[in-house]
Formats: sequence, structure tokens, C-alpha cells
Amino acid sequence: MKESVIVLRELTKRYAKQTAVDGLNLTVYRGEIFGLLGPNGAGKTTTILMLLGLTEPTSGYAEVCGMNATRNPIDVKRKVGYLPDNVGFYDYMSGLDNLVLIGRLNGLGDTDAQERANKLLDDVGLAENKDKKAGAYSRGMKQRLGLAEVLIKQPEVIILDEPTLGIDPSGVREFLTLIQSLSKQQGITVLLSSHHLHHVQQVCDRVGLFVDGKLLANGTIDSLARSLFDEGGHITTVVVREAAAEKESWLTALLQQVPGVTAVAIEGNEFIVKATENNTALVVSELVNAGQAIEEVRKKSYGLDDIYQRYFEHHEEPI
Amino acid sequence: MNRLKGNYHTAMPILVGKELGAHMQSWRFLILVLLIILTFVTSMYVSFTNLRSAVGNMQDPDKSFVYLKLLTTTDNSIPPFHVFLNFLAPLLGISLGFDAINSEQNNGTLTRLIAQPIYRDNLLLSKFASSLILIASLFLALVLLMVGGGLLATGVGIEVQEVLRIFGFWLISVVFVGFWLSLAILLSVKFKQAATSALVAIGIWLFFTVFFPIVVNLLVRSFLPSPRMMSEAEILYYNELISTVMRLSPGQLFSDASTTLLMPSVRSLGPLTMEQMIGAIPAPLPFKESVMIVWPQVSGLIAATCLCFAWTYASFMRREIRS
Repeated sequence: MKESVIVLRELTKRYAKQTAVDGLNLTVYRGEIFGLLGPNGAGKTTTILMLLGLTEPTSGYAEVCGMNATRNPIDVKRKVGYLPDNVGFYDYMSGLDNLVLIGRLNGLGDTDAQERANKLLDDVGLAENKDKKAGAYSRGMKQRLGLAEVLIKQPEVIILDEPTLGIDPSGVREFLTLIQSLSKQQGITVLLSSHHLHHVQQVCDRVGLFVDGKLLANGTIDSLARSLFDEGGHITTVVVREAAAEKESWLTALLQQVPGVTAVAIEGNEFIVKATENNTALVVSELVNAGQAIEEVRKKSYGLDDIYQRYFEHHEEPI
Repeated sequence: MNRLKGNYHTAMPILVGKELGAHMQSWRFLILVLLIILTFVTSMYVSFTNLRSAVGNMQDPDKSFVYLKLLTTTDNSIPPFHVFLNFLAPLLGISLGFDAINSEQNNGTLTRLIAQPIYRDNLLLSKFASSLILIASLFLALVLLMVGGGLLATGVGIEVQEVLRIFGFWLISVVFVGFWLSLAILLSVKFKQAATSALVAIGIWLFFTVFFPIVVNLLVRSFLPSPRMMSEAEILYYNELISTVMRLSPGQLFSDASTTLLMPSVRSLGPLTMEQMIGAIPAPLPFKESVMIVWPQVSGLIAATCLCFAWTYASFMRREIRS
């Protein structure tokens, strides 16, 4: 039985003019990396603020580590590390001092805080820059310092709001790998919000799609893709030399035998095969065996980009 | 759950330490300190040069209080230190507090800080306490310097009464700065931009120091009957009314309080009738009596400070904080 760490029930936040989060139900289990995926303004940050007790929900209930986040924000904050999207540090302090301050605010003694801060700076690869003023840090370095700061309280849960924003691609990869390895080593539950699908895809065990304050779907990326495109996620178009009008029904029946194929259409000398899995090779070899001379094969797979397109850019009609 | 056994109630000293560090490394504080020291040195210089004549003035009942004279004597080329303080203290309070919360929010450090297991009121309180500690120690250092310098220069021993009065003055000055500080912190919570809150605070300060007396004057003149037509009791009544209205300004409260404490012969802050004055020998009041006179002023200042602080607290505690 998986232990649930974050439980949201009918969580709603209304501002004067708009509903930022609308009846959100979500459970995140211990040790997993959950990606909250949605465009800007979808209500991701509001949800996170409610999880930390930094803002009060209009209605509904947010529970973290078995505690009500609205009623016991202090206890929740002791177990949850939060990296805001626009992280800032005290520019006049060195990276190390910034870290030690947060460590001490979490109840560490001065020497303990120093020790742990040094170790964490090593882990996130900032050991060489630890005495530099935080004001001189680059965006990527700040983000890593932020991660170290989140970890200094030895959290059970870490919440990262848009952690990849503004870092260059190689920095993103490094950062995400770091998160992933830390989560796996220490069994930390990670909730990560992003509007960047490919970043989420790299590390998340499960993903929730979040649009206009509503959770549209959640699950693994594969299962999401499957559920969204169960009728023909992959389309193979084969162009043969001569239109085989008299053999049409026979060829159609033949192709429908291929595992995963859901529909076959023949238009002139084009065969359009829809399938739930990638089986282009099988389709082609069936056609070759049936004596068709193949001129051209085109393949189209629905992937994450299409998920994105479909949900986030309001393409309501099925693709 | 023992590993981070919450001694988070000790967050206060840590936060105060952080604030103190921040202030002391800032240019702003350095400049303010220089400004205050410059004022202090100038007024001390002037009062030292005029000390001999002030102490020798047989008409003055306060002539035996050498150290109080040091703080109040002037040859009218510049105002004495406590009058200077009347317009420097607001500046000090405002400049230490106007960006307390909003600059942290704009730098993205506020979200980080309140995501830690600390109470929000600790944050506000640490902002207030750290600035006040700085001001209090700065003023204390100046007062002690003044006493020490006076001792060296004149060789006159300081009386207990003078010590009490000077420390009373120190306390009132700190409370006065505290009022402007809490007002500035309130504005820093209310306004997102540090520049806006600074401007508003300076506006309020200017209003009270420059415009408030003018406005009161104009209003009073418009409905006041001619003094020649009034009976003595009426004149007294209107006088009381005007000074009561003037005391809505914190600067007036401070100048009342500091004057009474530093000039022991001041017996009343309002008008005195001839009947009251008959038989009174112009002599300094005991310390306790001076305190009794200024007590309403001091409690007024403290009350205004508390009010600002409570308002700050109320608007900050349940606010949503986004970076």
C-alpha cells in the first residue's frame, strides 16, 4: 500500500475576479516525483502556496504529511522544502551564509548548520563558489543554491515551482538529474511544477495536467498518451505504385490482422493505417508480402507535444 | 521527528542578528550615523562654547545642571540637539523601515523566509527590534560620549537627577524613532514598491512638520473670535484647544516631552494663570514631577507606535505572499 504524502480534496481558491484553483483532487505518494504540468496562470503556484499554508483556500482541504496545511503551516513547513519560482537570496551574504541562516531558522545549531551547508554545497556543485556573495551568482547557481537550501532542513517533501525556468538546456538536464538522484537516494517526495513538458518528462514518475484551475488528467506520461490517443495514436501512410482497387477489401482485412491496428483506409494508392502502437515495420512487411510495390512510407506518432497541443492550446477537436 | 526538534521559538534572535548584519553593512546606515554624529558634534561644539555664559546666568533656575545645559544651550546659530532630533529622528525611522518588507518581497527572499518554520510575526518583530536596537545603541553611545566629554571638559560631577533626565530623554528619543519606524514598516507592508512607501512616509513626515502647524493656524484663525473680545477663561480654553490639536502631531509630543525633561524649570506645557503662578519660585522641578508632566506625551507616542504595529501585523499575517 502506497503511503500518501500530499492529499488535496476539492481544493478551491477564488480571487475577486477569477477562480485560480477549482475543486482540485490529487494524491501524491511517498517517494515519487510528481509533475504538475500546465501553462502559465493555470493555478500551479496558487496550489503550491495553499500546500504550504502561505495562502488560505476558499474551500476544500490540503493535507501534507498527515497535517492540515491551512491549520498547521509551521509543522508542515518543517517537513516541506519549497523552492519558489523566483528565488532570491540576500545578495550581501555569501552563498554559505545564506544557507546557514536557513539551516539555523530550521532549528540547527550553528556548527551543525555550517557542517551540513558545506556538505550540501558540495552535493549541488557549488563548493568552489560558497564564499562568493550570492549577488554574484548566476541564475543556474542560484537555483542550485536554492536546492541546497531546500535540502538543509532534511525535508520529507520538496516542492519546486518552475525549477527549470531561465536555466540553459545543459543546466536543466544537470539540475533535473540532481533532483532525481536526491529523491531516489533519500526517498524524498518531489512535487514539481512546470510548463515545460520535456523537462517534466525527463524526471517525473507521474504527471498531472493542470489547466484553468482544473486537473484534467493524471498518471504516467505513457498512460496519459495512451488514454488520450487510444484510437490510433500512430498513423502510417504507405504509398504504393499502383492503386489496387480490386484487392482493396482483401488488403484491408489483411492489414487489420496486424496487432494494434484500429482502422485502415485506402485512398487511391495510399494506405492509411491507424494503430495504438508503433507497428510501421509490420504493416510494410505485410504489404510487401502481398505483392505491393512500395514507393513511400510516412509515419506519424502522437507524442507529448500533441498532448500539449491538445490540452494547453485549447484544441478541443480530436486530432 | 526528533531530528529537527523545534527550537524554532529561538528564530527571533537569529532573525534579529540577520537584520542587524544587513543594516550595519548597508551604506544607508553609515550615512545616517554620520549625519547624526555630525549634528551631535556641531550642537555639542556650540553648547560647549556657550556653556560658561549659560551656567553663569543667574536668571536661569536650571543653571546648576551643567549636563542638561550641554544638551540644550545654543547661541541661536543652530538649534540645540533635541530640536535637531525632532526632525532627524523621523528621517532615521523612515529610512530604516521603509523597505523592510517590500524589498524582501521584491528580491524573492520573503517567500523563502516564510517557507521556513517561523512565525510571521517574528519576522515583523525582528525588523522592528533590530532597527530599534541600532538606534538605541547609537543614541546611548552619543549620550555617554556627551557625558564623558562634559566630565573631562568641566570636571563637574554629574547629579543623579541629571542622569535620570538624560536617560529619560534617551528613552523618549528611542520611542519617537520607534513610532516613525513602525509607521515606515506599516507602509512597507502596504506598498509593493519601496520608493512608494518611502515617498508616502516622507509625505506624512513633511505634513506633520511643515503643513500641520499651518493648517491648524489657518483653521483656528478662521473661527476664533478676536482675542480682545474674549474673556480670560475663553482665551485659556482656546489656548488649550490649540495645543491639544497640535499634539496630534508626534513631533509636538516629542518636543514637549524632551523640553520638559531637559529643562527642569518647565512646569507646565499649557498656559498658566496668574493665580497659579503667584507664590511660585522659579526653581527646577524634581525629576518625578517632570515625568508626570510628560507622561501623557510619552504614552501617546507609545500608543501611536503600538497602533501602527498592530495595523502592520493585521495586514501582514494573512496576506498571500508571492514572489
